[in-house]
Amino acid sequence: MSSTTNHVGKAPSRVEGPAKVTGAAKYSAEFNVPDLVYGYVVSSPIAKGKILKIHADKVLAIPGVLQVFSHENVPGLAWFDKSYKDDVAPGGSPFRPLHDDEVKFSMQPVALVVADTFELARYAASILDIEYKESTHETDIEAKRDDGHEPGKGKTGYKPPVRRGNANKGLAKAEQHIKQEYIHGAQHHNPMELFGATVHYHPNGKLTIYDKTQGVYNCQQYVTKVFGLSKEQARVVNLYMGGGFGAGLRPQYELFLSVLAALELKRSVRLSLTRQQMFSFGHRPHTLQTVEMGTGPDGALLGLKHSALHETSRFEEYTENVVNWSGMLYKCPDVHLNYQVAALDVYTPLDMRAPGAATGSFALEVAMDEMAYAAGLDPLEFRRRNYAEEDQNENKPFSSKKLREAYDEGARRFGWDKRPMAPRATKEGNMLVGWGVAGGVWDASMQKAAAKATITADGKLTVSSAAGENGTGTYTIMTQIAAETLGLPMEAVTFKLGDTTLPEAPVQGGSWTAASVGSAVKSTCEALGEKLLKLAQKLGDSPLKGAKFEDVEFVNGQIRLRQDHDQAVVLRDVLQTSGEREIEADSSAMPNPLTMQKYSMHSHNVVFVEVKVDEELGTVHVSRVLNVVAAGRILNQKTARSQVLGSIVWGISMALMEETVMDHRFGRYMNHNYAEYHVPVNADIRDIEVVFVEEEDPHVNPLGVKGIGEVGLLGVAAAITNAVYHATGKRVRQLPIYLDKLL
Amino acid sequence: MNPFTLTRAESVDAAVRDFSGHDSSAYIGGGTNLLDLMKENVARPTHLVGLNKLPLTSIETTAEGGLRLGATATNADTAWHPDVQARYPLLSQAILAGASPQLRNMATNGGNLMQRTRCYYFYDLATPCNKREPGSGCSAIGGYNRIHAILGASEQCIATHPSDMCVALAALEAVVHVRGNGGERRIKFEDFHRLPGDAPEQDNTLKAGELIVALELPKKGFEKNFSYLKLRDRTSYAFALVSVAAALELDGTTIRDARLALGGVAHKPWRSPAAEDLLKGQPATEATFRKAAEASVEGAVGQGANDFKIELARRAIVRALKQAAAGGKATNVFNNSNP
Amino acid sequence: MSGTSTPKSAGQSLPPPPAAPVTLRINGQDHHLELAPWTSLLDALREYAGLTGTKKGCDHGQCGACTVLVDGKRINSCLTLAVLQEGADITTIEGLGQEGNLHPLQQAFIDHDAFQCGYCTPGQICSAQGLINEGKAHTEDEIRELMSGNICRCGAYVGILNAVKEVVDKKSIALRS
Repeated sequence: MSSTTNHVGKAPSRVEGPAKVTGAAKYSAEFNVPDLVYGYVVSSPIAKGKILKIHADKVLAIPGVLQVFSHENVPGLAWFDKSYKDDVAPGGSPFRPLHDDEVKFSMQPVALVVADTFELARYAASILDIEYKESTHETDIEAKRDDGHEPGKGKTGYKPPVRRGNANKGLAKAEQHIKQEYIHGAQHHNPMELFGATVHYHPNGKLTIYDKTQGVYNCQQYVTKVFGLSKEQARVVNLYMGGGFGAGLRPQYELFLSVLAALELKRSVRLSLTRQQMFSFGHRPHTLQTVEMGTGPDGALLGLKHSALHETSRFEEYTENVVNWSGMLYKCPDVHLNYQVAALDVYTPLDMRAPGAATGSFALEVAMDEMAYAAGLDPLEFRRRNYAEEDQNENKPFSSKKLREAYDEGARRFGWDKRPMAPRATKEGNMLVGWGVAGGVWDASMQKAAAKATITADGKLTVSSAAGENGTGTYTIMTQIAAETLGLPMEAVTFKLGDTTLPEAPVQGGSWTAASVGSAVKSTCEALGEKLLKLAQKLGDSPLKGAKFEDVEFVNGQIRLRQDHDQAVVLRDVLQTSGEREIEADSSAMPNPLTMQKYSMHSHNVVFVEVKVDEELGTVHVSRVLNVVAAGRILNQKTARSQVLGSIVWGISMALMEETVMDHRFGRYMNHNYAEYHVPVNADIRDIEVVFVEEEDPHVNPLGVKGIGEVGLLGVAAAITNAVYHATGKRVRQLPIYLDKLL
Repeated sequence: MNPFTLTRAESVDAAVRDFSGHDSSAYIGGGTNLLDLMKENVARPTHLVGLNKLPLTSIETTAEGGLRLGATATNADTAWHPDVQARYPLLSQAILAGASPQLRNMATNGGNLMQRTRCYYFYDLATPCNKREPGSGCSAIGGYNRIHAILGASEQCIATHPSDMCVALAALEAVVHVRGNGGERRIKFEDFHRLPGDAPEQDNTLKAGELIVALELPKKGFEKNFSYLKLRDRTSYAFALVSVAAALELDGTTIRDARLALGGVAHKPWRSPAAEDLLKGQPATEATFRKAAEASVEGAVGQGANDFKIELARRAIVRALKQAAAGGKATNVFNNSNP
Repeated sequence: MSGTSTPKSAGQSLPPPPAAPVTLRINGQDHHLELAPWTSLLDALREYAGLTGTKKGCDHGQCGACTVLVDGKRINSCLTLAVLQEGADITTIEGLGQEGNLHPLQQAFIDHDAFQCGYCTPGQICSAQGLINEGKAHTEDEIRELMSGNICRCGAYVGILNAVKEVVDKKSIALRS
């Protein structure tokens, strides 16, 4: 009998689908605990200065207003910076809400009004008079072009750029040469769900904190250190997150403020930020990049220089890997990478989907297109000629890399061989048609994670780990892994996540959840399986007597010998005759340092794009996108495809419409709402498709997965930019490609 | 949002009376812009007069052969109304180019005229704005003004009117019927909205307490040759950078009558009689359209980030006129420019 | 810019408006609530009626997450006052279908993976039901355009199109190509 319990690699629908489509899924601001009071944040209108006085009296006089929290009355809290540092904080001193009279950035939270109702808190916040003393601010990275510095190694995952050979010498040998600057503005994550928290204040003083976060443990750690609470006093829960994209990697200020209010008022508190306030914290930094490269007679890259400069705040040194990818995506002997940051009076930038790579690959991949044209080569052929067989940054082989196969598959499906080389060669009515290609590379990471599994006598398995579900499919893939490992139907498995009462998992980011939590779930279910095997072997006449764990498999609700499927016991019989009400196991997984030392582990992709550009009006329509991804094993074809489809939409957004624009006179983002900060709507999205190439990777982790939350975004904006060039002959080097850039 | 009282008026007279019986009143129809502004503390009425029970939802033919659109009929009901679709497809296309289906289901015809500008600074209490706080200054001048005016602006204000529907109403020469304490009066559409001048806080020429009760469309609907072309930063659900309402009456290939109105470029829907005169009596050719386009943007001034609008407007006018000349089939009901 | 900014008189201090009994008919049931005029329909649903299926994504009519049906028509519940909807027939996502008794659109959204984080989903589904009620979307392009009042930041638009199309197809005699 073939297996009905092989789930991994199939395309089951999301297990949490019914909860999400019926509105039953509870997001953080939706836990209606009794006797709630409501907070509303007051944001600074100035970018820099001091708060002279908060006139709270007239607000406090309104019946139903409970308190106005500000630096004037916040109780003494943790003193040292390290108490405010979260797991993914960059170097420096984290921003402390309501800490003192200093205003460090526009829209800084300067007070919290708490009232009996949301409407009253909102009103009271609107009439709170605050006196400020403004001082001169600096917010423009363009004015800091010559004032950047190389950052320290403050942040986890940051790697200082490597250099090899002598790029100037390499470039001097080149026959063809290009050097250009590429720019994109700030972007904000803008998940659909507003940042918010419901803090349930229990009669015994304990808190259950429902917070919008990508890491419940990260938030618990922060809250306990800042407020001096024990872990038992501060349980943090997030069962569903309405989108994160990195915005929830660090504890946001709604967490601090709502916990503060709950502890001070001894009441349960709800606090939601407004959409406008969603522009008041981390963002993808405004970045200036220069790429220079040159080729020899056969189109080989002889030298490459890539430099980047972006903003950080005055108080923290945010870093992301912008330029490193340029040292490993293509083969090149002489490479010089340079990365700098400059401090401004803005909030600290924050990892936003494929941080660094989304933007670094934009510059590199548009430059590659420019180079291909300068060298007279088809842009895909140019990439093939400079294919990196190994990671030259680290001088290591790749654990697997099927990018060439992705090129082949993508070119065939897209019909790339029919592409005329010359720009402006194809016209349909008013529309110029162009095709572009670009791609990228992203880390296949893994973090330590733990899990627990419990099976009950009725054959129901519950597996848990405090991972997050922000739309990536965590509930579903963990259910698949657990069910398959113990040979159960998916319906028999419940996966629990997002709660600090569960085993610890890393923050949901870096595309590492599938590898990290998935490996922990697998390992835990195997540990449980070993216990089950022992119990099975105690059965009278057990056909499994003497079998080692490696000799058996769990399939179709049975434990059976791999070599002889007829030698089997029914799992439920084992459980029911064992006399145990439930059997439990826990385990964890972590990356293998030996493998990491030996291999470079990365996912790759290539994106093919067709655009239609209205020649007279400059409007760009992305009529076709094909994203071919080599990211190891795909656990769920359906949810993985959706992640990459979403990445394509993000890439279209980044290329054509997304930008938070600051008025430097005020040091303030001006289009801070969802009407003027544009992301695509349904009518913007046409024919987009995803292909995963087969990529077996025996080294990367026990599951062979590399993660697909971020790699899909790489190259999309560059491919669109390159397609626009192919359509129009105009090279745009500053995103977004608004229509006026093509008039 | 500050506290307010609310009554739901059962008749126009009661609404007008109720309005003037309070200190700081506002009428609320669909509420789609007013509540938005109240949540931002840009609008702070202390009394709202609810209009959604008023018997002003009908759409009916007038004795003169035109069409009377009730002020509280929704934008959606108006756009999809068979008479509007058949006789005033330009209006239908313009309404459907605006907002979203949900907002069009809420927004009323009268309310559409009362929309306030989308200027970033107008909406943000942290920045000076003469329209919001007269005398405080205009931050858009010298600031981020991608969406701002190129025509008819003043040193006090460079805001634009955000409506699509109004651009078509301007082209169709609608008449606005209003009721106040002094009875009913009619306002020509071109006189309804005003240029900012030195009183940018005033968007229109309504007197305090006057209520829009109907919009009247004249008989001529330009139903054969029309186009509402809207250019924006995404395909749908975004305000116009530039929009064009073009309507032609053709005699063979000769233009007998023409209307041209622009959106997104001025404090009010922008009509240029000179441009229309350059079209009338001329052959419907690209050369003619270019002359009209040039005349339409005569005197246009860019503010930096919106300089492109001048050239974009020229090109959009030519395209819209071409679409109009080609007949209604040149565009679909949405004309959202997606190929 | 520097200098001392004097406090702007953001507004006068007024007592909160009194709440009064309001009856809202939601999903076929009368809900007797105590509401002040300044409560939006969205907040009335989420904070007073306990129906959190309707989502707040922007509170300004710029995202569509709060879409509900009022007398069969889709609207943004954040931009209307609850008291103005007294007497109307309000349908929220909870009224369309429940786990174990899914509405065809809900099932189609699951089948086509027409969501990721799920936060825009109730609004998308209510909007799709409104689109079907309107009967104006006959082509893929018309569905795309008429579903454009609902932003999905996860970018599940392909799935949303296919899910809505499937249900529209089943309901229509013929879908124009």
